[in-house]
Amino acid sequence: MITPAGYRRTEPGENPRLDWREYESTRKRVPIHAPIRLEHTLSEITGPRTWAVATPADADLTHFNGGEALGERIIVAGRVLDDNGRPLPDTLIEIWQANSAGRYAHEVDTHDAPLDPHYSGVGRVITDAHGAYRFTTIKPGAYPWRNHPNAWRPAHIHFSLFGPAFATRLVTQMYFAGDPLLLLDPIFNSIPDQSARNRLVAAFDLGTTMPGYALGYRFDFVLRGPEGTPAG
Amino acid sequence: MTMSYGRTPSQTIGPFFHRALVRNGGNDLTARGAAGVQIVIEGRVIDGDGLPVADAMVEIWQANAAGRYDHPEDRQDKRLDPNFHGFGRTATDAEGYFRFRTVKPGPVRETGDFTQAPHINVSIFARGLLNRLVTRIYFPDEPLNATDPVLSAVPGPRRPTLIARRVGEELANRFSFDVILQGGAETVFLDL
Repeated sequence: MITPAGYRRTEPGENPRLDWREYESTRKRVPIHAPIRLEHTLSEITGPRTWAVATPADADLTHFNGGEALGERIIVAGRVLDDNGRPLPDTLIEIWQANSAGRYAHEVDTHDAPLDPHYSGVGRVITDAHGAYRFTTIKPGAYPWRNHPNAWRPAHIHFSLFGPAFATRLVTQMYFAGDPLLLLDPIFNSIPDQSARNRLVAAFDLGTTMPGYALGYRFDFVLRGPEGTPAG
Repeated sequence: MTMSYGRTPSQTIGPFFHRALVRNGGNDLTARGAAGVQIVIEGRVIDGDGLPVADAMVEIWQANAAGRYDHPEDRQDKRLDPNFHGFGRTATDAEGYFRFRTVKPGPVRETGDFTQAPHINVSIFARGLLNRLVTRIYFPDEPLNATDPVLSAVPGPRRPTLIARRVGEELANRFSFDVILQGGAETVFLDL
């Protein structure tokens, strides 16, 4: 029996501090004890493989319920890589976001902004053989939340990815370059390392932009890679 | 030191994930007729005030009844079960409860001839958690628990937080496993 090498550990500062008190909801939910370090076993280096299917319609959030969503159409495209630079094909990316007015189609969202009957804000896409993905959506609006007085979340898109192993699971959020709310956002600011934080900011990309149709943004995801593999 | 690409940081799942991520039946891993002993695991996610966490997502990943993961990196000489893939996902309800129907996983053999006791790998996501929390569900009355490398790394007094409790009679195969996020009885979480 040979157990292959484990996945590379993340460095201090590249992920949020769990006990980041500026984000109010952390206070009663964050463990007090330090987590116990686990040497990777088969349980961590294996993981759910893509069990879901994604149709081209799942990668176009701008058409829903027989009509076209309101707002600024955008294309978000990029690749999913591991930290050795290796593309990760066949990886499921699940997507959710607010509509252009900053409202989620979700019963707990009570923000006084209109719902769009033609926008669910939900999509999914599976990376191709080169680790590439692409979807079309509406640029989400900013919205207020109750974290502190006059608190607003910057425009963002939520993502959930699996990668090849239990160890590579990632849930994150993508932001937009130049958003003035970023510097004020406790969730964005929970990541101590500034360069790591800035990896969550998508860049406008003229090459991804579809002439006459939608602006394009580039956003690459980098998941943990297997240890002991030279950088590609 | 090898150069590595900058990894994408985690962010909270927030409260609005349900439509995108949670589907009916995602908590029943036996729907296709998996081989093995069917079990039910139910529990609550509880916060530091002892209150239910009504907006958490719980995911499980486990080996099949023979102790093999449905994944190419698992090269144990054991059979795969075409009707069991080992992944489940659900959201907690208004009282913080979650429930999975699955099969009891077998022991998993590792390099150097050590064996992991039967266990289920768990991820917990929620508003207020800026990264997932990872823990494991072990089973009571398992002789292999005594030599399991992960259980052994946990200080004795906290070890019971990782072991499910049997509910009702033995044949019912029902287990309870609460996830206590914070406080004196806090669940042991693992750093991957």
